[in-house]
Amino acid sequence: MTITEEKKGRTAETLEEATIRFAGDSGDGMQLTGGQFTNATAIVGNDLSTLPDYPAEIRAPAGTLAGVSAFQIHFSSKEIHTPGDYLDVLVAMNPAALKANLKDLKSGGMLIVNTNAFTETNLKKAGYDKNPLESDLNQKYQVFAIEISRLTQLAIEEMKLPGKVVDRSKNLFALGLMYWLYTRPMEPTIEWLKKKFSSDPTILEANLKVLKAGYHFGETTETFISNYEIKHAKIQPGKYRNITGNEATALGLITSAQLTGLTVFLGSYPITPASDILHELSKYKHFGIRTFQAEDEIAAIGSALGASFAGGLGVTTTSGPGVCLKSEFIGLAVKTELPLLICDIQRGGPSTGLPTKTEQADLLQALFGRNSESPLPVLAAATPGDCFETLIEAVRIAIKYMTPVFFLSDGYLANGSEPWKIPLVNELPKLDVNFRKDKEGFLPYLRNKETLARSWAIPGTPELEHVLTGIETEQNTGKICYDPTNHDTMMKLRAQRIEQISNDIPDITQHFGESKGDLLILGWGSTLGSINAATEKLLEKGYKVANAHLRYLNPFPKNLESFLKNYKKVLIPEINLGQLRMLIRAKYLINAQGFNIISGHPLKVSAILEAAEKLLKS
Amino acid sequence: MAITEPQKYTKADFESENDVRWCPGCGDYAILSAIQTVMPTLGIPKEKFVFVSGIGCSSRFPHYMSCYGFHTIHGRALTVATGVKSINPELSVWVITGDGDGLSIGGNHLMHAIRRNQDLKILLFNNKIYGLTKGQYSPTSELGKKTKSTPYGSIDNPVNPVSIAIASGATFVARTLDKNVKHMIEIFKKAAAHKGIAFIEIYQNCLVFNDDAFKDFTEKDIKDDHSVYIEDSKPLIFGKNSDKAIKLNGFSPEIINSSNGNSREILTYNEKTEDRGLSYVIGQMGVENPDLPVAFGVLRSVEQPTYQERLLEQERLAKEKSKKVSLEQILNAGDTWIVK
Ligand code: SF4
Repeated sequence: MTITEEKKGRTAETLEEATIRFAGDSGDGMQLTGGQFTNATAIVGNDLSTLPDYPAEIRAPAGTLAGVSAFQIHFSSKEIHTPGDYLDVLVAMNPAALKANLKDLKSGGMLIVNTNAFTETNLKKAGYDKNPLESDLNQKYQVFAIEISRLTQLAIEEMKLPGKVVDRSKNLFALGLMYWLYTRPMEPTIEWLKKKFSSDPTILEANLKVLKAGYHFGETTETFISNYEIKHAKIQPGKYRNITGNEATALGLITSAQLTGLTVFLGSYPITPASDILHELSKYKHFGIRTFQAEDEIAAIGSALGASFAGGLGVTTTSGPGVCLKSEFIGLAVKTELPLLICDIQRGGPSTGLPTKTEQADLLQALFGRNSESPLPVLAAATPGDCFETLIEAVRIAIKYMTPVFFLSDGYLANGSEPWKIPLVNELPKLDVNFRKDKEGFLPYLRNKETLARSWAIPGTPELEHVLTGIETEQNTGKICYDPTNHDTMMKLRAQRIEQISNDIPDITQHFGESKGDLLILGWGSTLGSINAATEKLLEKGYKVANAHLRYLNPFPKNLESFLKNYKKVLIPEINLGQLRMLIRAKYLINAQGFNIISGHPLKVSAILEAAEKLLKS
Repeated sequence: MAITEPQKYTKADFESENDVRWCPGCGDYAILSAIQTVMPTLGIPKEKFVFVSGIGCSSRFPHYMSCYGFHTIHGRALTVATGVKSINPELSVWVITGDGDGLSIGGNHLMHAIRRNQDLKILLFNNKIYGLTKGQYSPTSELGKKTKSTPYGSIDNPVNPVSIAIASGATFVARTLDKNVKHMIEIFKKAAAHKGIAFIEIYQNCLVFNDDAFKDFTEKDIKDDHSVYIEDSKPLIFGKNSDKAIKLNGFSPEIINSSNGNSREILTYNEKTEDRGLSYVIGQMGVENPDLPVAFGVLRSVEQPTYQERLLEQERLAKEKSKKVSLEQILNAGDTWIVK
């Protein structure tokens, strides 16, 4: 490595974008480090996208591959869509982190390692026969072997703190160093540390020293040729905050309580990766939110449905395995035509699968995972921030059409983050709720002619007493009815009332590209970012392509068929084995092709690009 | 709960226009009639009653009342009732379940609704059989019971519903039976007056699949020797001639002669006893050991804050403590920045 003569006054080199990853042991504070770097990056005004990746085990043995935790962030002076395919910088705090993450580092990329952690024991735990730092890694990467642990210790040596403290703060050294490398301000982290350790001035002082030591190490030593600057991105004017999908979902529910004037009742049972929504909402007891941690997934949805019957907005949050347990109740909600929100934060499956990894393989479960015909609307969020808007739209449909609604998010959206333009309260949709009060002509299943929704008559309202049941009931009266013709009528009516919601949702249009062309890339859910980025690249290459994204998976937008037929070919990338593709083929007899990788991670832009080019050339 | 015009209703006001479809002679009729008798006396506006049930013969109950009702899915009535009561604590919520619905498929919810002291009234119709699915053994069927699914006899130990309720910390537990209408009415009234969870086991005869399961307690000649009726703070005396009594020998109840100057030894039972162990022992009598009489009446009635009271109190405190925030402030919380 060449070392520049000039030490001070080096100017930062301007880059358009960078993707970096902090990786270490679960106990090394990598999620926290990444979170701090994200805040500082947001404040600089870059567009950004993050991808936390942590083990399912709470305390996997330290130093092992199973215990590696990582946080990736992609930031740019341009609009970006994904957390990035490959890394410009990998910070590896121990051998296991190196082993698990090196494959994603671009050749020529920077590898920053904490050499002090490369002990014989750690190497063995990571499954290395010999120290990889002594091999030819530097042929392929720019290796920066830094004694992070020792430098941390030196920074606070005179404070005479126990070794534990030194060990726990070494991540701040790495963070400080990365702040210097990418010219980020340290102030937000300094403020955060001051708040966090307000009651422990010694630890605060130590942490501040280590953070600054990392920064100064970059600045004063000649380890790095230069540092980098990434100018702020031109994004839509407005006020922003950084938000994860789970935070946006929780905010969407809080906002729904305000917009509808209903008490939101969240019945939930802890499950990864949905629990954060329960945690977040539990703080809002003073804000129209009642949360109930039920004894199981079934009680969670049962209580939510009971709440809806009694005039609350029933919500249940879960992941795929929880949906399995809830399915009988979802059927009851379909049959009794009560509003109910089922939030499925999808994760890797089947069975317990990969709890902390992402997947979008619950689509068919949401649509069909119940006995008999039990249709309901299904909506999916496309980005962390979009969880907010999609959730409110799901609530709108649930109360307007008196139906349970599936809201699909996934592990990547749940924990990933992006800058979110904070909506203005007066620009949020109006959500009116009209409980039935009038006894004149009341029948439990008499329908509004336009929406086909029955009225919501809640216990406590005089003279509207009625009984809901899962047994088939007569049209209008809601009385138990085993008549064959009535059953046929009701089956078709239940299907029709969901299908006709398509009159009340926007048409689908393309995100990038023209309204006609050789290829359409159609997606749904969290793949939007990767598909957008791939489409932009294809357009740059001169292909006649476009991409479109479905928020409404049931019913589909009314123009979907004609829209799809404007393109010669359709490619549907999904993190499943082709579930949307199956629906599109079945419904429209279109020969859509799939691109399916189910690795627990978001789809890579480059992989979609390759698949699209292959299809275009075939 | 708002008390308005207590005399406004009659029994007929609580009868629905639906045809009652239980088998003729089923014990459910008497229970329905007893409830319809009690409802008008409670001083609660009719629209505030909600009957929630699961699946089974007994769970058809809400259809035969003219109140708000929710006939849900198998075993899950308590979960729905929990949501109903938590959204509107003003409602008087009654859960109708059976031995299969409440103790088998829904056993988990029973324990949890009880330990939370949900302000719900649970009527568990115990007929010791699955009626609606046509005669399989249930969690309360006795060992060796021959049914369609146990042609060689059941090899499962049965559960005693009141024991589960007491063990789960129920604040009100009682046992009654379909053939004793007067007693049922008295118990239902006490349950309605109780604040918090009220668990009532009702011995109910299924004449089609398990007739005479409770004949020891209903047949004229023998019932008095097999039942002891608890009267609050009175000695436990029973028998055709009131000549028998219960005494406790350590944790074991024994039958003694009620006369002969034994009165000091006779157990005086206080419904409000905080001693769950004692309630358990008395609730268990006659169930495992048929030599002892089965106790009917209130086994436990203690005061504790209800789930709904705690819920509302927590909300009140949260509102009091936290600064008034607007939706706008919540949306704009945390680190924000402006892009121009
Ligand atoms: S089957 Fe038994 S419990 Fe059911 S209605 Fe008939 S008699 Fe009653």
